[in-house]
Amino acid sequence: MTTEERGTGSAGVALEAVGLTKEFKGFVAVNNVSLKVEKGTIHALIGPNGAGKTTCFNLLTKFLQPTRGKITYAGRDITRLAPAEIARLGMVRSFQISAVFADLTVLQNVRIALQRTRGESYDFWRSEKNLTRFDDEARSYVAEVGLSEFLNHRAAELSYGRKRALEIATTLALDPKMLLLDEPMAGMAQEDVERISTLIRRIGETRTILMVEHNLSVVADLSDRITVLARGEILAEGNYAEISKNPEVIDAYIGAGHE
Amino acid sequence: MAMADNTSDLAPISQSVGMPMLHKVIFVALLAVLTVLPFLVYPVFAMKVMCFALFAAAFNLLLGFGGLLSFGHAAYFGGASYVAAHAAKVWGFTPELAVLTGTAAAAVLGLLIGALAIRRQGIYFAMVTLAFAQMVYFFALQAEFTGGEDGIQSVPRGDLFGLISLQDNIALYFFVLAVTFGGILFLYRIVHSPFGQVLKAIRENEPRAVSLGYQVNRYKLLVFVLSATFAGLAGATKSQVFQLASLTDVHWSMSGEVVLMTLLGGMGTIFGPLVGAAVIVTMQNYLATLGAWVTIIQGVIFVLGVLLFREGIVGVLARWLKRPL
Repeated sequence: MTTEERGTGSAGVALEAVGLTKEFKGFVAVNNVSLKVEKGTIHALIGPNGAGKTTCFNLLTKFLQPTRGKITYAGRDITRLAPAEIARLGMVRSFQISAVFADLTVLQNVRIALQRTRGESYDFWRSEKNLTRFDDEARSYVAEVGLSEFLNHRAAELSYGRKRALEIATTLALDPKMLLLDEPMAGMAQEDVERISTLIRRIGETRTILMVEHNLSVVADLSDRITVLARGEILAEGNYAEISKNPEVIDAYIGAGHE
Repeated sequence: MAMADNTSDLAPISQSVGMPMLHKVIFVALLAVLTVLPFLVYPVFAMKVMCFALFAAAFNLLLGFGGLLSFGHAAYFGGASYVAAHAAKVWGFTPELAVLTGTAAAAVLGLLIGALAIRRQGIYFAMVTLAFAQMVYFFALQAEFTGGEDGIQSVPRGDLFGLISLQDNIALYFFVLAVTFGGILFLYRIVHSPFGQVLKAIRENEPRAVSLGYQVNRYKLLVFVLSATFAGLAGATKSQVFQLASLTDVHWSMSGEVVLMTLLGGMGTIFGPLVGAAVIVTMQNYLATLGAWVTIIQGVIFVLGVLLFREGIVGVLARWLKRPL
C-alpha cells in the first residue's frame, strides 16, 4: 500500500458486500446488507445483541455461505470461495473466543502462520529443527505485541488478554492486507482493552481493518467509519459523531435492552 | 507490562529441539532389549509383537496426532499382507520387494479411501472407513488370487536382496526388527516434523487453522495416507513372518484390535501403542488355551482401562513423570 492510498478514505474499496442476505430456515438473520470498507481505514460494525453482527461477519469471512448477495475483495468476487482461500488472498479473521493453539508455545503459535506462507507445511520427513529458522521473525512479532517474556510458555497458560495479543501476533505474521476482528475487546479487563486498542490502532496505520463490536464506546475513537446493524439490517452509517447522535441508533440500543 | 498478571510464575517449556534425551534413552534401551529378545523367547512371537507395535503406532498417527478415528485400518494392514504374500509367492519377489509392493498397495488404497472419508467428520468418518474396509474384506473373500477362506498359504521365505536366506528365524527376526523399528522411528519423525506441527495446530483449533489459510483437508488426507502406508508396512511384514495372508488380517475385528491396542497403551503418546500391542499380543498368545475366554478377558481389560486409566498405560506414566512419552 502506498502512502497516498493510506488514510485518505477515498483510495478505493477493500471489501464490498452488496445485498448480503442470510436466511436460516425462514428466519432472516442478515437482510440485504450492503457495506463498503475503504482501503486503509478502520471500519466498525456495531449493533445490539442479536443484530446479526456475527452472522454478517461469518458471511464476509466465508465461514457461512450467503443465501443471496455478492462479496468482492480487492475487486475480486469472493462470494463462492472457501474460507482458507480468503486467508490466502490476504484477508485474515479473528474469532470471538480467543483462537490460539493451546498446546503449542507462544513461539510455535506464530511459527504456524509463518510456516504456511513460507511453505514446508507438508514436509513430514524433515525434522522440526528446520522450523527454528523462523524463530527470529516469530520473535519479532511476539515482541510487537509485548509477549516476549512468554515466548516458551504454552498458549493455554496465558491470561485472556495475552491470548488475544498472541492471536494478533499470529495474524500479523501472515502479513495480511486486511484484518477482520470479531469483538476483539469482548470480556477483557480495562487495562487489556487499552492495550489492544493501541495495538489495533497501530496495525490500522498500514492495513484495512473491519471490526465487529457490541459496544459503541469501545470503537469511538478507534474507527474511521461505523456501520450500525439492528435486526439484521443496516440502521445507520457514518463517523462516531454522526452515529452517536442518531436517534434511531440510540433507540435501537435502548430498545434492545428492554426486549 | 500492563496486562493482568497471573502467569509469570509458570515455568516456560524447555527450549531444546530434536529428540528429548528421555526418548533417546528409551529407544536405545528398546533396541538393546529387542536385540537379545530372540534368544530368550520364541522369535516368531517376538516378530508378531513388533509387527503389531508398528501397526498400532501407524494407527496412532491418525487417531492420536491427526484426531481421526478410522474403524477400517484392517483394510491397509490386511490388504498389504495379501499383496506382499502374492508378490512373494506368485511373482517370486524377494522379501524386501514383496514388503515394499504390499506397502505401496496400502498407500494407494489409503489415498482412495482417505480422499472420500475425510469429507465426513466424527462418527460418519469412522463409518465410511469401516464400510470401505468391509468391501476390502469381501474382495479378499471372493477374488481369485486371494484364496478365499484359505487365504494365501505357504508363502516362501525368500532371500533378502537375493543374498541372505530368511529361512532361519533369527535372520528373519533381524529383518523384521530393522523394518518395524525403522518404521516406528519414521513415525516419530512425522509427529515431530513441520507437517506434524501443522497437524497439531489443526487438532487443537481447526477453524483457526482454516482462518490462517490452511487447507485442512489436504493435511488430513496426507496423514491418512501415511497412516495407511505404515499399517501396510506392518501387514506386509507380518505376511512374510507367518508365510500367510488370511481373512483374519482384513476382518473388522482386526480394525477393532488396533483401536484397543492404541487406547490401552495411550493414544497420542509415542510409546503407548507399542506397549498396548505388546500387552494384547502377549495375552492372546499365553491365554490362547482358554479359547473364547480371551475375547472376554480382552473386553474386561478394555472396560477397566477406559474406566480407570483413560489416558492408557503410557498416558498415566507420562502424567506421573510430568513428561511427554
